[in-house]
Amino acid sequence: MELSGGHILVQCLKDEGVEFVFGYPGGAVLHIYDAIFHQDDVKHILVRHEQAAAHAADGYARATGKPGVVLVTSGPGATNAVTGIATAYMDSIPMVILSGQVPSPVIGSDAFQEVDTVGITRPCVKHNFLVKDVHQLAETIKKAFYIATSGRPGPVLVDIPKDITDPNIKVPYKYPKKVSLRSYNPVVHGHKGQIKRAIEVLLSAQRPIIYSGGGVVLGEGHKELIELTRLLGYPITQTLMGLGAYPAPDKQNLGMLGMHGTYEANMAMHESDVILAVGARFDDRVTGKLAEFCPYAKIIHIDVDPSSISKTVRVDIPIVGEVKYVLTQMIELIEDGKEKPSKTALASWWQLIDSWRAVNCLDYDRTSGFIKPQFVIEQLYEATQGNAFVTSDVGQHQMYAAQYYSFDKPRRWINSGGLGTMGFGLPAAIGVKLAHPDADVACVTGEASIQMCIQELSTALQYNTPVKIINLNNRYMGMVRQWQEFSYQSRYSQSYMDTLPEFVKLAEAYGHVGMRIEKPEDVRPALQEAFALKDRTVFLDFMTDRTENVYPMIEAGKGHHDMKLRVAPGTPMDRELS
Amino acid sequence: MRHIISILIENESGALSRVAGLFSARGYNIESLTVAPTEDPSLSRMTLVTRGNDNIIEQITKQLNKLIDVVRLIDLADAPHIERELMLVKIKTTMETREEVKRMTDIFRGQIIDVTPTSYVVEMTGHSSKLDAFIRGLAEDSVIEVVRSGTTGISRGEKGLHL
Repeated sequence: MELSGGHILVQCLKDEGVEFVFGYPGGAVLHIYDAIFHQDDVKHILVRHEQAAAHAADGYARATGKPGVVLVTSGPGATNAVTGIATAYMDSIPMVILSGQVPSPVIGSDAFQEVDTVGITRPCVKHNFLVKDVHQLAETIKKAFYIATSGRPGPVLVDIPKDITDPNIKVPYKYPKKVSLRSYNPVVHGHKGQIKRAIEVLLSAQRPIIYSGGGVVLGEGHKELIELTRLLGYPITQTLMGLGAYPAPDKQNLGMLGMHGTYEANMAMHESDVILAVGARFDDRVTGKLAEFCPYAKIIHIDVDPSSISKTVRVDIPIVGEVKYVLTQMIELIEDGKEKPSKTALASWWQLIDSWRAVNCLDYDRTSGFIKPQFVIEQLYEATQGNAFVTSDVGQHQMYAAQYYSFDKPRRWINSGGLGTMGFGLPAAIGVKLAHPDADVACVTGEASIQMCIQELSTALQYNTPVKIINLNNRYMGMVRQWQEFSYQSRYSQSYMDTLPEFVKLAEAYGHVGMRIEKPEDVRPALQEAFALKDRTVFLDFMTDRTENVYPMIEAGKGHHDMKLRVAPGTPMDRELS
Repeated sequence: MRHIISILIENESGALSRVAGLFSARGYNIESLTVAPTEDPSLSRMTLVTRGNDNIIEQITKQLNKLIDVVRLIDLADAPHIERELMLVKIKTTMETREEVKRMTDIFRGQIIDVTPTSYVVEMTGHSSKLDAFIRGLAEDSVIEVVRSGTTGISRGEKGLHL
């Protein structure tokens, strides 16, 4: 079969089983768009800004585990996508980005819409390619998908000069079934000797804790994680990226750890003598002050990426491998062995943990006349029976969603954890809804974040992706305002906008339903009404308490044992902002 | 501590900038870097001299290994090895100093490879510290130009870095 480059590209996507391509046309990709026009198998989703193309593909990938695919033109098309690519890179999301490039003969001449896309994206992709010969196009695409989805996943960009997709140049097409790279062989199984050593340490622990991260979700290791945790009877805490891998309501679960983690999770980390880290990377938002991080603990770390091990925190027993397989190896060895965890040690450990739990660190003022953002998330959980896919933007609302929506399944909590990209939530929600058209999808956002990609309301209408936008509107960039309150004597520099749009009218202008909710008693009915509108995108503008802050909190430069808690019960929690 | 990392890398355009970019992005030092294709034209050999404590060197080697284009690497400092650097020095000479420069060059086992009435170009290879010593031995105002290749090296014994 002889095909032109443009058709080869589309055929490759078809052969790779790609359902959706998120993109935006332009000069350098016109041949490719013409090839897309001639078929229906690969559906193109036209976004309104290339950043959103990457976020939507990202949301799709996080919700399904399949790679997201992005198609953008050269120059501004590619640079607009960079934020979305970097977002995916920081959270290890499998993604393939196809970018157009000016024709090969004019590369380097500052041609119209030319940028060095391979150079610009190099630090924020797992790998990238510039295609120099149409004969190599199919193999390059196969390599891109292989690299993006294997080992520690990540975005891979393929830059395609316009002459490569010339409709007049046809070459034989064959999509390779498999590719191998001599320089790339990710490890799958863990080293047996290391695993044995790890189990000895784990079983002899007096105050153990399991600390699991996004790697468990990405590596589909949640079943094994649950099995091992229950087998051991140890407490477990999860990172922001790991939520849902272990069911939140379970009694062994201490909730999230880190900057806005629970008091019990952070105290248990601090006092532990053995930590089993699974697919987590000791991010600075998790560890707090490194010098005070887990001073008594021996650390076992399972990760598919060797460079994540001993990067910030020195690890005692490293195990390189995919979490799913390493955990299975561990479970087998523990079940076959005679050694069991010490029941008496564990009983007194749990007693101590329960005393931290009794602090009830996530409690908030439930009698307030204002809408509390935490209350909205709790009601969202109730209204969706905990079954929704929840995307978020970045800020206070993100933390409330992580703290108060008890995720009990993996891939339901979709947020930009590593890069912290405002504007992520809405396009990601569109990607999720396309992947799961029958599921409830909520985008938890704030009035600042939502405006960073609000144009995607138009995409949501075009492709009928009825998501529910939960806008926690406090008329402040809440997280910035909170830091300014704590660290800058409440000098609220540039952290609010006094010219917010009327979101209800805005939603209506885009062809959707808008609701404004001002009283706590209206929260639940509004959510129910919104989710009952199965085929409509609904923008719920919740006017929340302007003064509310995210608690508990480890302030910058402090350790896990030094958390700032909400003021003691009984004292007024609502403060007037000057 | 000083480390010499020797890398086999795919001979692709952009491979060098991936390595250089990694060092600048993560704040690692590069003291010197040499690169050239090997006998297998699909591979390049890169020799990189860097400094850092054990943790930093461990991260550097892990991060380099993570680059898709890197096929294999070793830290030459881990085992007995030989290292060499090539230097070309252009030296101002007068009737009075010519003989002394010639003698110095002989002592350091260098060669004079270009001669004009007022200058020599000296070629010299050796451990970087030997090249430093030669420069220090010359009269300060006599050096017109120094060109150094950066260190390259190979392990001792029969084991080699290859596919």
